[in-house]
Amino acid sequence: MKRSNKPVFWSLFGAGGMLAALIGTMLVFVTGIAAPAGFLLPGDTMSYARMMALAQHWLGKLGILAVISLFLFHGCHRMYHCLHDVGVHVGAGIKALFHGFAAAGTLVAAYLLLSIGFGG
Amino acid sequence: MGKPKTYLRPMTGWWRRNPFYRSYMIREFSSVLVTVYALILLFGLYRLFQGQAAFDAWRAALATPGSILFHLLVLAAFFYHAWTWFEIMPKTMPFIRLGGRRVPDNAIVASGAAAAVALSILLFGLVWWVTR
Amino acid sequence: MAETKTIEIECLRYHPGTDSEPRYQAYQVPFTEDMSVLQGLQYIKDHLDGSLTFRWSCRMAVCGSCGMMLNGIPQLSCHAFLRDYHPGRLRVDPLNHFPIMRDLAIDQTDFLRKLATVKPYIFPGEQKTPAQGEFLQTPGQMDDYYQYSQCINCLLCYAACPQYGLNPEFTGPAALALLHRYNADSRDAGTPERMEVVNAEDGVWGCTLVSYCSEVCPKGVDPARAINQNKINSTKDYFFRFLTPRGGK
Repeated sequence: MKRSNKPVFWSLFGAGGMLAALIGTMLVFVTGIAAPAGFLLPGDTMSYARMMALAQHWLGKLGILAVISLFLFHGCHRMYHCLHDVGVHVGAGIKALFHGFAAAGTLVAAYLLLSIGFGG
Repeated sequence: MGKPKTYLRPMTGWWRRNPFYRSYMIREFSSVLVTVYALILLFGLYRLFQGQAAFDAWRAALATPGSILFHLLVLAAFFYHAWTWFEIMPKTMPFIRLGGRRVPDNAIVASGAAAAVALSILLFGLVWWVTR
Repeated sequence: MAETKTIEIECLRYHPGTDSEPRYQAYQVPFTEDMSVLQGLQYIKDHLDGSLTFRWSCRMAVCGSCGMMLNGIPQLSCHAFLRDYHPGRLRVDPLNHFPIMRDLAIDQTDFLRKLATVKPYIFPGEQKTPAQGEFLQTPGQMDDYYQYSQCINCLLCYAACPQYGLNPEFTGPAALALLHRYNADSRDAGTPERMEVVNAEDGVWGCTLVSYCSEVCPKGVDPARAINQNKINSTKDYFFRFLTPRGGK
């Protein structure tokens, strides 16, 4: 029986799932509800100046990249399995599409974060 | 005498036939909203890269009632993900023993949930403190 | 005299020689409070329709022969009671995801083949003659594998597992649980022999943690746990295989 390459994708899926489980809910609340609505947090929580400061700090870059990349890998891996579960025949091509999408998103995020620079 | 003709029942609609399967499918499909949220953040990062005007436009879009309502849905999906994630976590771990006794599964679930609550409060507290 | 009520039991019927597809047949079965579903089926066979075909043996949930779908839920028919379905109707189907041979009897060949592939026997870690005494094991060491050794091969977990239903190549819950039973036994040194099955796409990686298998298991084996612990082992094996020499545990 051929050795599966699942461990690679499963590790990324697991890391993303754990991150999402630990802080995902609060992240959604802060970025999608509290800050935009000015509810429990000031309306300028995610101001351009503040977000640039976050994205220019190396820790901020790591955090933003981790969230975007791992959430994408988690989501794409699971959605790929969802397709299989509802009876769609998922071959190597579709597998590459889903995981490739997550990889592409990761690369785009990394590029943007590097391009934003380190401030100063 | 040849092998008798067996009958294999089709799998179509399997997940609709049992509430246990339906919960499983909801759990799995929460991944769609997790992906969408990641893409929203990625798009926001792109807008940030483009400059103040573009980023402010993105923020304005987030502040619309439609977006807030959508994020409530996303919030529900993330919460369900977290709940089911910790519920299933013990199954992926070997038996843990403390003082010779096996740590029960619900203790592992509770620790996971507690860690999530603690980190979430920490995150909110950090944001609140930075923006006070 | 015990009060006798009547319940309608609807059974799937299929005869390979005459039927192109299954049909249902309903029977009115008088029952008392203490009767199991199996006893209801035996009443049908003894008094109403001798052609109804189903497997059974011990009548006490240890042999694993009488697995069936009761109102869509995989159960041992000796382990379920007619009183719990009355006054509704009880529908009895053969175990899901297996080819139906006749009526309520399914073809188990696939499982038996897969069971052999996991090498379900001890590879002794040290060679001992009987004169040298037994292999010793602490209660803690036995606890590591005991629940997985309780499997009675009843196949309820396979009927519960949608991944097996969608992909019959999947090794499946019971076989993988038994694989783990031997890997986790302190007397066994056969883990490397079993890694090929573990690491395969249809090994542990065919599981998506639906975990309905563990829900329906009548013996508390918890196959979902056995499989998913080995996802971690398989991942370690995948990434560290170039670091450790082959043959180690």
